[in-house]
Amino acid sequence: MKPEESATTGADLLVKALIDEDVEVIFGYPGGAVLPIYDSLFKQNRLRHILVRHEQAAVHAAEGYARSTGKVGVVLVTSGPGATNAVTGLTDALMDSIPVVCLTGQVPTHLIGNDAFQEADTTGITRPCTKHNYLVKAVENLARTVHEAFYVARSGRPGPVVIDLPKDVLMNKHDYTAPPKVAVEHKSYRPQTKPDPKKIAQAIEMIAHAKRPIFYAGGGIINSGPKASKLLAQFVHMTGYPITNTLMGLGSFPASDKQFLGMLGMHGTYEANLAMHGCDVMINIGARFDDRITGNLTKFSPGSKKIHVDIDPSSINKNVRVDLAVVGDAGLVLEEMIKLWKAKQPKVDLKALKAWWAEIEKWRGRNCLAYKPNKETIKPQYALERLYHHIKDKDHYITTEVGQHQMWAAQFLKFEQPNRWMTSGGLGTMGYGFPAAMGVQIAHPDALVIDVAGEASIMMNIQELSTVAQYQLPVKIFILNNHYMGMVRQWQELLHGGRYSESYSESLPDFVKLADAFGAVGLRCHEPDKLDGVIQEMIKIRKPVVVDVLVDEAENCFPMIPSGAAHNEMLLGPDDKAGKVSDEGMVLV
Amino acid sequence: MEIQSHTISVLVANEPGILARVVGLFSGRGYNIESLTVAETDARQSLSRITIVTKGTPMIIEQIKAQLDRLVPVYRVRDLTVEGPHIERELALVKVKGTGEKRVEALRLADVFRAKVIDAKADSFVFEVTGNSDKVQTFIGLMEALGLVDVGRTGIVAMSRGGEAL
Ligand SMILES: Cc1cc2nc3c(=O)[nH]c(=O)nc-3n(C[C@H](O)[C@H](O)[C@H](O)COP(=O)(O)OP(=O)(O)OC[C@H]3O[C@@H](n4cnc5c(N)ncnc54)[C@H](O)[C@@H]3O)c2cc1C
Ligand SMILES: Cc1ncc(C[n+]2csc(CCOP(=O)(O)OP(=O)(O)O)c2C)c(N)n1
Ligand SMILES: [Mg+2]
Repeated sequence: MKPEESATTGADLLVKALIDEDVEVIFGYPGGAVLPIYDSLFKQNRLRHILVRHEQAAVHAAEGYARSTGKVGVVLVTSGPGATNAVTGLTDALMDSIPVVCLTGQVPTHLIGNDAFQEADTTGITRPCTKHNYLVKAVENLARTVHEAFYVARSGRPGPVVIDLPKDVLMNKHDYTAPPKVAVEHKSYRPQTKPDPKKIAQAIEMIAHAKRPIFYAGGGIINSGPKASKLLAQFVHMTGYPITNTLMGLGSFPASDKQFLGMLGMHGTYEANLAMHGCDVMINIGARFDDRITGNLTKFSPGSKKIHVDIDPSSINKNVRVDLAVVGDAGLVLEEMIKLWKAKQPKVDLKALKAWWAEIEKWRGRNCLAYKPNKETIKPQYALERLYHHIKDKDHYITTEVGQHQMWAAQFLKFEQPNRWMTSGGLGTMGYGFPAAMGVQIAHPDALVIDVAGEASIMMNIQELSTVAQYQLPVKIFILNNHYMGMVRQWQELLHGGRYSESYSESLPDFVKLADAFGAVGLRCHEPDKLDGVIQEMIKIRKPVVVDVLVDEAENCFPMIPSGAAHNEMLLGPDDKAGKVSDEGMVLV
Repeated sequence: MEIQSHTISVLVANEPGILARVVGLFSGRGYNIESLTVAETDARQSLSRITIVTKGTPMIIEQIKAQLDRLVPVYRVRDLTVEGPHIERELALVKVKGTGEKRVEALRLADVFRAKVIDAKADSFVFEVTGNSDKVQTFIGLMEALGLVDVGRTGIVAMSRGGEAL
């Protein structure tokens, strides 16, 4: 057989390569440059294509799919505007370490650089917002590049990878290269996953001798896979030490567990933040000392020895100098720690630990998430408490948009398992939650998937109602409608003298009619005593539902550590005044 | 914290965009580049060596190295400043225009600095001078008074002393 006869077009090779990478779903939007790929997709039935209504949503959907399954999310967009529309999603995935492969169309190789129709310098634009990117210049390299891209996206610290595909490369013919059966080492990229045993021993020594310890676990546990969460719980139980989670780490440790102090950070609990402030040994596993956590760096946990477990050496000593760095995969590190702990049977200082827990219980006793319920208006916290009550025994997944509702969701919904909570933490992208929920629903068709939304955020990708209608995805959008960009309003109230510049949500659509117009179901609720019924109805309907919950417009999200303040300078409620924001604090976001 | 200067050697795959990745990393994260040189050093394996001189606090220098190492096409990152003795060299082409006394003096100084004359016209010279950056800088400084009209510098290339490879 002559090579031309056996050879396949680039587009067919691509589809084959995706199937070999275990891809089942692609989120995409067509255009001229990717027509050959759409043609190949048309001719097969292994890959399912979900047509979104905006490329940003395709990436968020892929993120939701990835975060809820542990697999790589896949996106397909056309050249030029298709690629530029995907940039926000890619940046989001980079900040939150989500594995995504994004295929972008490109003008044919001979036109690159000519300002051709729908040409954009996609590899140039996406270089700083991807873990890595490729421009495939010859069909011979296509299949190999796809396999490498999947490997890069999912290994080490996961992240988004772009493959830019000129149209001629998609039409040229070549033989297929299957992915290597046994993992071959990449020539230059070799993430360190196995920890150094010496560091494990040192860590165990420090952990065993702690008097006021705390575990601080983050998204890295989720990235490592569900086994890491099991090991984390096991180790935390073995030690009897308290644990807190970052926003990205929620679900890595069961929220109902006695040893769990809730989320820490800017809107974290009083007990978690004070325990971080006063601890003598901090055990950070898979968290990155983000500024939402540390607050004022010079006052951050001043008296503690810090251990940092992270797969990415660049996360270590970036913001906070640590005493012991353990580079490796969180799951493998925990496995080794547990082994050594069992072997050594260290005697922890039980008396000190008891005193430490007594102090923590005092902080807990402040009941920092308490709010004043109201008979006339729905408090957003109340809405989430009721929501949780009705979903907790159901197989459910939560996504969020960005703002106060996101923080309340983190505080009032309880996450018992990993991969059930998808939120935009690092980039804080309004418009993330709804498309992410679509991605989750595609991966878990029978589960209850809820986007906890704000009325402003939901407008940023509202067009996706059309997508959920097309695929009959029974996603629920639970809008906490406070008629404000609440988080913005809160900062303006606390830091800018109550001048609510441009933060009122003017001319909102009638969300019930809007849902109806898209073929979804719309519900509305403004009385606290009707809320349960509305939530139950929402859950019962096996269709996409938009619930417009009209909540108290003035409610603020507490606790709050104002910018530039320390963990022990937290505002606990409306009666605490933000007199503490320094000039340096005012320039921070 | 004190600002230090470090010379960092980076072994990379010589592929399109690699320099943009490195330079973009520095500009995007607000790091300094004092000097940067790059060229292919192994055509068979398609390797390039990038030498960067940068400044920062010890924490920033550590970040820079970790960030460079994180780039997919980077094989190795070595901080020559902390890894023991190393040699740094730079080459400059220095054009001097003048006649009479000044021309004679320029030639005399070039001799002292072991700069080679690589182009000569009745009223001009182009010198090639090699050495560490201080020496090159001093030579250029001296030429200023003698009719300096143009300078081209390569930036620093560096290597550790002894038998070990990068
Ligand atoms: C309005 C708003 C308010 C916010 N307020 C808060 C707040 O109050 N509290 C809060 O916690 N966050 C808050 N955030 C989120 C915050 O911005 C950060 O996104 C978040 O704190 C980062 O979580 P993380 O440290 O777990 O790191 P991630 O971003 O999840 O990073 C994971 C870390 O683990 C490492 N890692 C990855 N894979 C592995 C592995 N396999 N093994 C080991 N390590 C691995 C990575 O290298 C990285 O260092 C807020 C966000 C918004 C939008
Ligand atoms: C794309 C984008 N633009 C702007 C912001 C800044 N921002 C953060 S929260 C917020 C308001 C969100 O309002 P809403 O969705 O109603 O949520 P609420 O805070 O009222 O719960 C804004 C504008 C952002 N995070 N993302
Ligand atoms: Mg709002």
